[in-house]
Amino acid sequence: MAEPSTQKIPVTVLTGYLGAGKTTLLNRILSENHGKKYAVIVNEFGEIGIDNDLIIGADEEVFEMNNGCVCCTVRGDLVRILDGLMKRKGKFDAIIVETTGLADPAPVAQTFFVDEDVQKHARLDAVVTVADAKWLNDRLKDAPEAKNQIAFADVIVLNKTDLVSKAELAEVEARIRAINPYAKLHRTERCQVALSDVLERGAFDLDRILELEPEFLDGGDGHDHDHHHGHDHHHDHGHSHGGLKHYHDEDMQSLSLRSDKPLDATKFMPWLQNLVASEGQKILRSKGILAFTDDDDRYVFQGVHMMLEGDHQRPWKEGEARESRLVFIGRELPEQLIRDGFEGCITT
Amino acid sequence: MKEFDPGTNAASIISVTDRVRPLAIGMPVTSVHFLGEVAAFVGAEESVALASADGEISLAPVHSGGILCAATDGARIVMGGDDGKVVALDKAGEVTLLATDAKRRWIDNVAVHPDGAVAWSAGKTACVRGAKSEEKSFEVPSTVGGLAFAPKGLRLAIAHYNGVTLWFPNMAANAEVLEWAGSHLGVMFSPDNKFLITAMHEPALHGWRLADTRHMRMTGYPGRVRSLSWSAGGKALATSGADTVIVWPFGSKDGPMGKEPAMLAPLRARVSAVACHPKQDILAAGYSDGTVLMVRLGDGAEILVRKNGGAQVSGLAWNPKGTQLAFAAEDGDAGLLAL
Repeated sequence: MAEPSTQKIPVTVLTGYLGAGKTTLLNRILSENHGKKYAVIVNEFGEIGIDNDLIIGADEEVFEMNNGCVCCTVRGDLVRILDGLMKRKGKFDAIIVETTGLADPAPVAQTFFVDEDVQKHARLDAVVTVADAKWLNDRLKDAPEAKNQIAFADVIVLNKTDLVSKAELAEVEARIRAINPYAKLHRTERCQVALSDVLERGAFDLDRILELEPEFLDGGDGHDHDHHHGHDHHHDHGHSHGGLKHYHDEDMQSLSLRSDKPLDATKFMPWLQNLVASEGQKILRSKGILAFTDDDDRYVFQGVHMMLEGDHQRPWKEGEARESRLVFIGRELPEQLIRDGFEGCITT
Repeated sequence: MKEFDPGTNAASIISVTDRVRPLAIGMPVTSVHFLGEVAAFVGAEESVALASADGEISLAPVHSGGILCAATDGARIVMGGDDGKVVALDKAGEVTLLATDAKRRWIDNVAVHPDGAVAWSAGKTACVRGAKSEEKSFEVPSTVGGLAFAPKGLRLAIAHYNGVTLWFPNMAANAEVLEWAGSHLGVMFSPDNKFLITAMHEPALHGWRLADTRHMRMTGYPGRVRSLSWSAGGKALATSGADTVIVWPFGSKDGPMGKEPAMLAPLRARVSAVACHPKQDILAAGYSDGTVLMVRLGDGAEILVRKNGGAQVSGLAWNPKGTQLAFAAEDGDAGLLAL
C-alpha cells in the first residue's frame, strides 16, 4: 500500500556546474545543527569531509526505459540505492541526491515518475541548482549542461555574488530569468542560504502547485510583465524596463499560456498527451492549473519530458477566478504549435 | 475475485490460521529462510532472528547497518550489508565474516553454490570464492543487478544493464554475454540448468534457453517481479508481481514459449512473495495486504494460512522436508505453520 505523501521521504536533487559550490552547500546541510539527519547520495566520494555512514557513492548510471522513447531515461543506480536505503528507514529524515556537474537532472526526476517502488517510499521534493555568479554567463554559452540545470531548477542558489559587481549580478540574473523565470532565486556568498529555502520545498507536490507566477526579483520594475494579452512569452531582447534587463535565450525558453475561458477536458487531455509524446524531448518541465468546463475542481498537472502526472486538486473557491495557466520550459519550444493547440482546447 | 472477510466468507475457504504459531520478530523482516529445522528471519538492519520449531527466538547480529541481500544453501545464510561486509550465519547462530569490501562499498548481491562457493557483488564487480579456491573477481559494464550460480559446475550468472554475463571463474575462456535491452535486477537458473531467467526493472521476466540462447519474454505483470520460486522438480516457475500467482510452464524443452501461464489464487492485492513446496505441487503465496495462502498447483485449490489486514508479506520459506512453513510481514509479524 502506498504511504501518504507526508510520510514519504523527501528527496532533494542538488545540481550545479563544476565548481559552482554544490559541495559547500552539502557540507553546510550536513554540518549545521538543524536536528535532522540526511542520507546523501554523492557521485564523488571523499569530497565531503564529514563522517556519516549515510553517505553513499553512486555511479550515475543512466538507463533507457524499454519503451522505445529516448528521453525516458532513469537513474538505474538510484533505484538500487533508494531500495537499500529504505531498509534503514527511520535512521534519516530526508535524502539528498547530488549529481555530477555535467549531469542532466531529468533522469533523476524521471526515476520518481516511473519506478513504483521508489514512489512508494520516497517523493521528489525539488531540484536545487547551484550556479556560479561569476562564470554562469560563460557556461550558458558553452555548456549545454549548465543551461539544462538552470532550466530544470525549482530553486536556484546564485553563489559567489561577492565576486561580481552589481551590474554583472544583474546581467547574470537576467540571463537566468530568460531561461527560467519560475524558479526561486537566492543570491548567496559561500552558499549562505537558509536551509529552509532549499529543503522541504514540495516543488513536485501537486497540492502545492498554487501559483505559476514568474519570480521577479526585488529591485525589479514592478510593472505587469504579463500584459494580459493572453500570452506572455518572455520575448524581450535585452531592452530595459526601468532597470531590469530582459534577455531572450536562443535555445532555452519558457512559455506560459492562460485562458479565462474554461477548457474542454475531452480536448485538452489528448492534446497534452500528444504534445508531450511528440515534443517531449524539447519540453524539460511543464506545470499547469486548469479550469475545465462543468468541473468545480481545480485540476493540476506537472511533467518532466514525456512523463505527466495530474489530479483534481480542490474545488475552486468562491470568488476565485477560474483561470487556466500552463507553463512549459524547454529547448526550441514550438511556440506557435503549442499556442494554437491550446487555443483549440478552449470551450467556445 | 474474492476477499477474505471473516464475517461473511469464513466458511468459503479451508483455513488453518488457528494452527499457526505466531511469532513477534520485533523488527522489519525482508526475507525468510530455513537452516535445517530452524526458521531464520532476516531483518532489514543488523540482525537475523532464529526461531526453533517450538517458537523460541534468538537474535544473531550480522551487520552494523542495513542488510541488503541474503541467499542460502540450507546450511548457512550468506548476507551482504551496507557496511561493506559479506557474512555467513549457521543454524547455531554462529556468524563468520567472509569478506570486506576494501572501499566499504555496499554489498548489493550474494549467491551460494551447493558445494560451498560464495559470490557477492559491489558496484560493477562480482567476486567468487570457491570452497577451496582463492577469491576471483570479474567486472561487468554496469552495476550488478543479480547473481546466481548454475546448478552444475562453477559458473556464475551476473545480471546487469542490457543482459547477463555467464562467467566460469575457474576457466580461462571468455565470459559469455546474453543480451537483452533493459535493466536486469535479478537472475536464476532453472534447476535442470536448461534455462536462465531474469527479473527486469520493468514489470517483466526475460529468459534464455541456454542450449541455443533463444529468448523468452514473460510479460503482462502490473508490478516488478521480486519473488520467483521453482516448483518441486522444476516443471513450473511461480512468480509474484500480479494480483494472482503467475506460474510459467517449464515442463517441455521450449519452456513457456508460446504457452500461457497459469494464474492462481486471485485476490484484490498484489502477490509479494512465493515459495514452492520442496516435494509436492503446492506453493505458498504472500500478498501485499498480509494474506498468506497455500495453493495447489494442479487445480488452484486454496487454504488460508494468514488473514488479510496486516503489512505486506515480505518472506516465505518451507523447511527441507516440507513439514513447516514460515512467513513474515514487513513489520516483523511472523508465523510458523506445522503441517
